Amino acid sequence: MEVLLFGIAKDIVGESKIDFAKSGDMPRSVAALRDLLNKTYPEFAKLSSLAVAVNSEYALDDVTLRSGDEIAIIPPVSGG
Amino acid sequence: MKKTIIEIVDAIDVSKTYMELSSPKSGGICVFIGTVREFTQGEEVVSLEFETYRKMALQEMEKIAMEAVKKWKLNSVVIRHAIGTKKIEDPVVVVGASAPHRAACFEACRFLIDTLKERVPIWKKEIFKNKTVWVSAHP
Repeated sequence: MEVLLFGIAKDIVGESKIDFAKSGDMPRSVAALRDLLNKTYPEFAKLSSLAVAVNSEYALDDVTLRSGDEIAIIPPVSGG
Repeated sequence: MKKTIIEIVDAIDVSKTYMELSSPKSGGICVFIGTVREFTQGEEVVSLEFETYRKMALQEMEKIAMEAVKKWKLNSVVIRHAIGTKKIEDPVVVVGASAPHRAACFEACRFLIDTLKERVPIWKKEIFKNKTVWVSAHP
């Protein structure tokens, strides 16, 4: 399962994506993914907000993650 | 026919917006152009860098346009955002609406830019002389 990273999220991780297939402990829900990120990269907890998109739609914490999903971490947006 | 133009581009040509929004059924066109400001909280900005999650951004922009068309009965909407490095005074976003009467396009135009800033996955990094800052990232 790949997780796409943008903006400051990319800087925090130091990569443009995380591949959970490699690391072996794939989170099963948006909430689990958030917990894992906050634990692995404490800098995430300092952001004003952190949204997750599943298949390019904003997803709430209870949404289940499947291996074929396109998942993205959406740090605070700042377009315009 | 309702016309919507949704784009993420490398550079914005604001001059074509009028033609895109003009229509025989419209009595008013409102356009907002967001540009790069020289100073942010007293600090001199060298440039801004924009990046996007393009697929999702286009989808969110489309939703915003559709919401506006429905709510204000618009004839046409443009939402166009630039990405990449932008210098002082460069246009970075253009939103516009045309409608039979002016009140609808003023309100819609405000909604388009405010909602874009809330929801659309585009990120702006401010480049100062001696540091860089992802805008809004931290409280």
